[in-house]
Amino acid sequence: MEYVSLTIGFIVIIAGLWAIMTNRNILRMIIGFSIFDTGLHIVIVSLAYVKGGTAPILDSAVGINEAIDKIVDPVPQALVLTAIVIGLGVTALMLAYAMKLHKEKKSLDIMSFRDLKW
Amino acid sequence: MSFLLISIALGVIMLVVTGIAVFHKKLIVAIIAAGVLSLFASVLYLLLAAPDVAMTEAAIGSGLSTIIFFYVLNRIRTTNGTEDQETV
Amino acid sequence: MRKLFIIIILAAFGLMLYPLIQSFSGNDHLSELATYYAQKENIEKVNSVNLVTAIVVTYRGLDTLGEVTILFLTAAIIAFFLKGPSTLRTLRPNSEIFITAARVLVPIMVMFGVYIFMNGHLSPGGGFQGGAVIASAVILMFLAFPDAPFQHKFFGFMESISGLVFVGLAALGALIGSGFLDNTILPLGTFGKLLSAGAIPVIYSFVGLKVGAELSNILNEFKSVQSDK
Repeated sequence: MEYVSLTIGFIVIIAGLWAIMTNRNILRMIIGFSIFDTGLHIVIVSLAYVKGGTAPILDSAVGINEAIDKIVDPVPQALVLTAIVIGLGVTALMLAYAMKLHKEKKSLDIMSFRDLKW
Repeated sequence: MSFLLISIALGVIMLVVTGIAVFHKKLIVAIIAAGVLSLFASVLYLLLAAPDVAMTEAAIGSGLSTIIFFYVLNRIRTTNGTEDQETV
Repeated sequence: MRKLFIIIILAAFGLMLYPLIQSFSGNDHLSELATYYAQKENIEKVNSVNLVTAIVVTYRGLDTLGEVTILFLTAAIIAFFLKGPSTLRTLRPNSEIFITAARVLVPIMVMFGVYIFMNGHLSPGGGFQGGAVIASAVILMFLAFPDAPFQHKFFGFMESISGLVFVGLAALGALIGSGFLDNTILPLGTFGKLLSAGAIPVIYSFVGLKVGAELSNILNEFKSVQSDK
């Protein structure tokens, strides 16, 4: 199962990169960034999976003594948890920039912003 | 074994949704497809024994970020007027 | 030509990723770091049922502090960029069913968010998830009652107080306990009860309030620039 999700994650990452590099519409680029984000999170979480493991929450099924043998790795999950929230903040920031750019030029095409090019 | 089959089915659905999100002409459909991709990813996290991540992704990735995209899209549409409607 | 170039770049990237898949053989046991966190004596030292929460709040608490700071910075920059005259727009009124449903649902959703971050150390969930649920309730309120005023002062106050309490509890851990963000400044309690795990539920509740207030602020900024002309 972890192989399948790892492969899915890599394919989603490459699809997101494709969307970032081929589109000239800024909003489509931002959609590509959010797809890239999702793929990266899938990859990290599937690297944390231990065969036959359960969630890192101790209860009557997984006692405190046998936690080492039964749970999956909790550290990458904690990192992904914060990464998702940061991803939302950065996406919102990019969208605010896109609105500002659209206000200046009335266009979302990245090729129309050539002011710093000579 | 059944987990493997479920994850393969989820993977096929997710790849189709990714294709829609990247290649569809209409921007609204692409945004919704990106949100649906997050939703299926949260189901995959649940299979990978990560319920915390699944909750976060379901609430943030497919809820709030789609709403923010729609607010921006609405704003850009109303200031754009009628021309070049199909690109936006 | 351009597309071909991009395809070559992506193929090279894929070739770089392929050995990662090939050499990945699945994990049979935990990594060294996670083994340390999952040992019996270390679990009893923190006394949290949910190990992810224990890592987010105590072991990797500095990461959480930096994350909250990044969120605060993005909220501040968005508020700076989108500042402008807020023009009232004329909308057709929402349907009666939607308004009634929102009236019923918004308090329940806020309560559910509070439940999620108060039980973050016992069940899946925590501050970030609870904050996101609270922000979802706020956005439902925006959609149902677009003319209702947004309480800027309340959300700003809640955000600053939560951040202050978070940093204050962390510093208190450095003064009384054994280090910054140490959770043993409060009694550890019995394993699996609501009032256990020391300062973890308190810190995570304030993280939840802060995240909820910040996300609501961001959403309000995006909502306030919606005008017809």
